[in-house]
Amino acid sequence: MSPNKHNRIDPAFKAIRKEAQKRREAFIEAPVPKIHVGMATCGIASGAIETKTAFEETLAKRNIEALIHTTGCIGHCYAEPVVIIDHPDSGFPPILYPEVTPGKAQMLVKLFLEEGDPRLEHILGATVANELIPSIMDFSRFNKEKRLVMEKCGHIDPEDIYDYIAEDGYSTFVKSLHLTPVDIVNEIKNSGLRGRGGGGYPTGKKWELAMHAEGKVKLVICNADEGDPGAYMDRTILESNPHQVIEGLAICAYAVGASRAIMYIRAEYPLAVKIVNTAIQQAKELGLLGKNILGSDFDFEVEIFQGSGAFVCGEETAMIRSIEGFRGMPRHRPPFPVQNGLWHQPTVINNVKTLASVPPILKNGAAWFRSIGTEKSPGTAIFSVVGDVVHVGLVEIPMGVTLRSLIFDICG
Amino acid sequence: MNQELTTEEKAALKSIAKNLETFNKQRGNLIPILQMVQEHLAYLPSEALRMVAEYLEINACEVYGVATFYNQFRFHPPGKHPVKVCLGTACHVRAGDIILENFERKLGIEDGETTADREFSIERVACVGCCALAPVAIIGETVHGHMAPSKVEGLLMRIEIEKDIAKREKEKSESEQT
Repeated sequence: MSPNKHNRIDPAFKAIRKEAQKRREAFIEAPVPKIHVGMATCGIASGAIETKTAFEETLAKRNIEALIHTTGCIGHCYAEPVVIIDHPDSGFPPILYPEVTPGKAQMLVKLFLEEGDPRLEHILGATVANELIPSIMDFSRFNKEKRLVMEKCGHIDPEDIYDYIAEDGYSTFVKSLHLTPVDIVNEIKNSGLRGRGGGGYPTGKKWELAMHAEGKVKLVICNADEGDPGAYMDRTILESNPHQVIEGLAICAYAVGASRAIMYIRAEYPLAVKIVNTAIQQAKELGLLGKNILGSDFDFEVEIFQGSGAFVCGEETAMIRSIEGFRGMPRHRPPFPVQNGLWHQPTVINNVKTLASVPPILKNGAAWFRSIGTEKSPGTAIFSVVGDVVHVGLVEIPMGVTLRSLIFDICG
Repeated sequence: MNQELTTEEKAALKSIAKNLETFNKQRGNLIPILQMVQEHLAYLPSEALRMVAEYLEINACEVYGVATFYNQFRFHPPGKHPVKVCLGTACHVRAGDIILENFERKLGIEDGETTADREFSIERVACVGCCALAPVAIIGETVHGHMAPSKVEGLLMRIEIEKDIAKREKEKSESEQT
């Protein structure tokens, strides 16, 4: 990319960021309490919609002004619906409440927002360290985790792109537009990131093969056909922070020289499909997707393809057949998809978690990523722990933590 | 697959034909098109499959092959009272298959089909998570535990009786109005 293009990218992104920060500051500085409600599929299943309605109704009835902020899922499914109330006038730090039923919501509005009593018997903890009440970081379920991919899940509104940009979102993508594709691929290679879909193939190597593959048109597929019983990591990421995945997709496409990506999402995840659709639209409106992104000569389009309930389509070659409109039957490899994939073009297929790991790696550097996890497999892994444990939900921990520690120490 | 289409469904088919025009004539659009059809009709009648095949200019058997491969697509209209018989491990051990066979025989349809009057459809499901009540059947949204062949008869009869009562009450309220 020629240097004069850079002059256009930076001011364009700066303007977007300024707007995002302005909105964020306006939200933070608003002199009213803020109520954050977790509204991913798991929250909704536990009654988050009823809880939100209860908050709205009670606030209106009691004539209290407060902002309700819908967020994704923080991964603590045992505590759903989760509500964080930030009421600065009371003198208390932001407090996280677990299992907030409509009745509890009414009580909290009356007693906490109106009278300033946070009802300590109902809290899980404060979200930040403080001198008044225990914080959530005192629990092993929180402090043993190391969140890279899910860092922003549950803190930002997945349906508002500015919320993500205010947290430094898309800045890594803009930064990587300044780099050459070779630099990006080398950085990913050095980081030692391995495919998070289960196979563990080195991502950098896959991208390098795709970069060198011959073919005018190259494609990127995001594999979100998560079908293993009890696993819902991909769904949560897509529902709570879709932009991080889109950012990873864009970086990958830029690195391998693709201009089109397909997100293969199961039709069984209607909320994820809806949220990702919104996210793509918003990114397009801001010029972060589409033609000549931010005034550069990089074009990139993202589409959604809804998988229709065949477990085998999570396999790369079966997924390709399925997108082409055939029965999803796996075929022999080689040729690998990076050589001969979708519509016989070189195709990179990466899992949701792999793509979501890319922005943090490029932001903080390969050495930082290598310092987490084990030598051969750096980084973190996300587990969905369900069944006979106390704290069911999603846990993101560095590679190399033992199963015993995961089950007994973290999930209790 | 030989159910007569209702008038509403015939109307829906027409709007589907219009919707088809919004898709490019590409093989890759086959699954999105089938998903669109199912969204309109709740199932894929053979008329619709043939229409899709004609539009994409491929064999109807190809379309059928793809549609049967994926679990999402169904080929029978859902009945007003969907009967789901659990054949998970616990129900299997306690003879869930006998219950399934009873439903099939009494309704005169097989697993996965719908009665001609569209009142009942039978579907076998894997564990519904109440194994202590095995064998289990679900009619509509009510879970019935400890199923027995005699209970199958009783449940079907109850639905008939409830329908009769509803009909009588409707007639009564109508006559009161006039």
